[in-house]
Amino acid sequence: MIGAVENWQAAGPEIILTLGTLASIVLGVVAVPTNGTFTRVTGFVGALFIAAFVVLIVVPSAPTAAFGGLYVLDPFTTFMKALVLIGSFAALIMMRPFLERKKLHRFEIPLLVLLATLGMCIMVSSGSLLTLYIGLELQSLSLYVLAALDRDSRISTEAGLKYFVLGAVASGMLLFGSSLIYGFAGTTSFSVLAEQLPALLDGRLPGVGLIFGLVFLLAGLAFKVSAVPFHMWTPDVYEGAPTAVTAFFASAPKVASMALFIRIILDALPALSPQWTQIIYAMALLSMVLGAFAAIPQPSIKRLLAYSSIGHVGYALMGLAVGTPEAIAATTFYMAIYMVTTIGAFACVLAMRTDTGDTDQIEALSGLRQARPWLALAFACFMLSLLGFPPFAGFFGKLFVFQAAIEADMILLAVVAALTSAVAAYYYLRIIKIMYFDDLDQPLLGSDDRPSALIMIASAVFASPLFVIVWPALWDGAQAAAKSLG
Amino acid sequence: MIEHLLTLLLVLPVAGSVFLVTTPTNHPASDENARRTALVTTLFTFALSLLLWFGYDKAEAGFQFVERVDVIPGFFSYHLGVDGISILLILLSTFLMPICILASWTAIKTRVREYMIAFLIMETLMIGVFSALDMFLFYVFFEGGLVPMFLIIGVWGGARRIYASFKFFLYTLTGSLLMLLAMIYMVVTAGTSDIPTLLTYDFDPSVQTWLWLAFFASFAVKMPMWPVHTWLPDAHVEAPTAGSVILAGVLLKMGGYGFIRFSLPMFPDASHDLAILVFIMSIVAVVYTSLVALVQEDMKKLIAYSSVAHMGFVTVGLFTFNQQGLEGSIFQMLSHGVVSGALFLCVGVVYDRLHTRMIERYGGLVNIMPHYALVFMIFTMASVGLPGTSGFVGEFLVLVGAYQSGSWVAFGAALGVILGAGYMLWRLYKNVVFGQLEKDDLKAMLDLSMREWIVFAPLIALVMWMGIYPKPFLEFIEQPVETLITQTERNQTSNEVAR
Repeated sequence: MIGAVENWQAAGPEIILTLGTLASIVLGVVAVPTNGTFTRVTGFVGALFIAAFVVLIVVPSAPTAAFGGLYVLDPFTTFMKALVLIGSFAALIMMRPFLERKKLHRFEIPLLVLLATLGMCIMVSSGSLLTLYIGLELQSLSLYVLAALDRDSRISTEAGLKYFVLGAVASGMLLFGSSLIYGFAGTTSFSVLAEQLPALLDGRLPGVGLIFGLVFLLAGLAFKVSAVPFHMWTPDVYEGAPTAVTAFFASAPKVASMALFIRIILDALPALSPQWTQIIYAMALLSMVLGAFAAIPQPSIKRLLAYSSIGHVGYALMGLAVGTPEAIAATTFYMAIYMVTTIGAFACVLAMRTDTGDTDQIEALSGLRQARPWLALAFACFMLSLLGFPPFAGFFGKLFVFQAAIEADMILLAVVAALTSAVAAYYYLRIIKIMYFDDLDQPLLGSDDRPSALIMIASAVFASPLFVIVWPALWDGAQAAAKSLG
Repeated sequence: MIEHLLTLLLVLPVAGSVFLVTTPTNHPASDENARRTALVTTLFTFALSLLLWFGYDKAEAGFQFVERVDVIPGFFSYHLGVDGISILLILLSTFLMPICILASWTAIKTRVREYMIAFLIMETLMIGVFSALDMFLFYVFFEGGLVPMFLIIGVWGGARRIYASFKFFLYTLTGSLLMLLAMIYMVVTAGTSDIPTLLTYDFDPSVQTWLWLAFFASFAVKMPMWPVHTWLPDAHVEAPTAGSVILAGVLLKMGGYGFIRFSLPMFPDASHDLAILVFIMSIVAVVYTSLVALVQEDMKKLIAYSSVAHMGFVTVGLFTFNQQGLEGSIFQMLSHGVVSGALFLCVGVVYDRLHTRMIERYGGLVNIMPHYALVFMIFTMASVGLPGTSGFVGEFLVLVGAYQSGSWVAFGAALGVILGAGYMLWRLYKNVVFGQLEKDDLKAMLDLSMREWIVFAPLIALVMWMGIYPKPFLEFIEQPVETLITQTERNQTSNEVAR
């Protein structure tokens, strides 16, 4: 048993976020509702993210099982939470000017982002099926509301409703799966599960109940990371939600859900690895294929990025299907690159404004190079990184997951991954083609949105060939994180 | 000799392009500045690369000018080095580059700055391909070249530029991704991505075949070999003149270089087993594409098909595994780089004046453009392989080498020489240059300008030099080819004993 101080320390960032949430609610209620409230709460939440990040970095990440094993701290949680906080912070910054422009600047919004982020941190750190569910629901419920943020827009409301209904089903499945596993093993703790399952199975094949539990659990998780065949909500929600909110959806929650996915199958269910390997293998394969082909005819950049994210989750799941520490490091590394590149890409989408308002039509980008050369360059950089073109950041991500698959002799998976990358190259290139080869049609409006521009520049530098500079450090971090699992 | 010469060569063009990025675009003289900066940068790079020529020790085996920094040990290192083969290919790249810039001097009028930046970055990537000694570093340079070329074709190309640029990109990328998988497999089994170490690693013969095929997918597309050559005519036709020169002159050589650096020495068993496949594909390429060239109406397309045929020669020579064949192939690659580049420039000269590439629109140019007719004649002859030009040496050596592999191989390849004379002289040269000057719009055509002479003079000199006195060039490749032959034979002896 560890002392109170260690417990509090392990949950340091979350405690800051929780206290901050309470304080913001009070602030929101007490303060006279003026136009400034939104800005102030946003600033406060941003400061909380920074404070949580500092605490996260300062607290030594020696593996700790806090609160009787309900809560875990190790290099993996630190790495993933750092990504989550960076992603949320970037999304929050981009949201402010966007929402003000859209007249949607209510103070509850940064608060919901904060709550979602708190949920994500809990997901990453969960050491038991109960903590997992609390974190996941806290995150999901906040996201449902955020998706339906634009109350007067039918498409946004529809996105919120769709997300809620399907998400609730997925949560139900996950809960049902958890209960079956609990019924089999009599515990919800990941570490106890990992210890007892081999003994309970005793060399026999797992029974139907346990397999059902596993399948339901994985289905719920697959929904959250939007892996095929549980991806249907992604394009609609991405398209319907206000763009800045979509940027948030596509970044931090994906990382947190993937972290949870990794944690539960490696820390709790290593005994079932022959079973989950097959499932994840199939999900990875299908996601890559769907992501590559379904994005091709999309006229909306948001839908295109949605399908592209499905494909990218497929590549990340490749590493998970292998399940060795090196492969998990590859997945973690991949998610880090994916998150930063996606945020950057959405920062570009946020800059797509014409006289008639915001647009997400790819055609609106035509001739962008003439009107806004730097925006076009940044966008091209993100597309090449998502394509996995050397020496852009995405290439190195793919390199490591390919390596993981080949090392595990999953040659078919690697070949499919390579071929789908070539197919996906078509639609990424099409965007570059539209920006660079086509004639200027209707110039996009100039933007004074400095925060988004800063995020865009920072992530463009990250995604560009200059990535080589941060590569070794990031890879070391991912490796250290992955070693602490399983 | 200068320390870090190769790094300097890689950095110099990028530095030029960074300088161009920082210059203002709206200035009236900015186009002119961009051209001059690019020209100075490429000339300086060429001058610097000459140090490789003089500083290389031809007698010593192995790589020279080596530089190495480990980024991730065992997985990725910044490892550079050159042998005689790569030096000649680097020199070919740096030599063609200023010529390309000069050739685009007046032809490119829009987005001049971006055009020059694309070419300078292209130059860095080309030098990188020929000097990388780490597999992943090689891959980065090899693939990286796609984007500048994609932009060069797509932005400054002809009417069907978008189709051509996508075709070029997607063909090459698909092949390369399979190669990437093979590379990863090799790193996983051998535990290193270091090329010199991998050259001595013996892969299991059954695995070799698969690895060889994966690499073949990439190099055959790049080369290009029949039947995956179809991107080339499109890309050539749509690319601006200088783009075609670089495409034919250097990018195609990356395929041949890949065979020399990877397929032959790393998978000797598979190479010997599958040589027959390469021979058949090459001979089909030589005969079929020559026949296709014979009926082309577009000059650039004709030269593009002739490139496929000439590259067929190169692959035949490479897979003979003997001194003459290999030296001939490498020589043919160099010669083709210069000659086909020059031929595209010749087309560019008349295209700039009349804005058409259709053979039927020309005729009788000798009457009004005698200088042009002479220059065009020299390169046509070099392409056909007239003794005294560079084309002859390569073809002759390849045929000598091919006889040792089987007379049918030599016979098939030799058909290409005959057909080559047909399409180059009868179809192209006769119809464009000879005959009566009948068409009115041709009568106002001006002969070569001073700038064009400056472009062609070094090419003519090089073609003659390589044809009349090829010894200095062959000296460079002699030692590396001997090493290559020992590498390709290393497992054969033990296998024969086992049998």
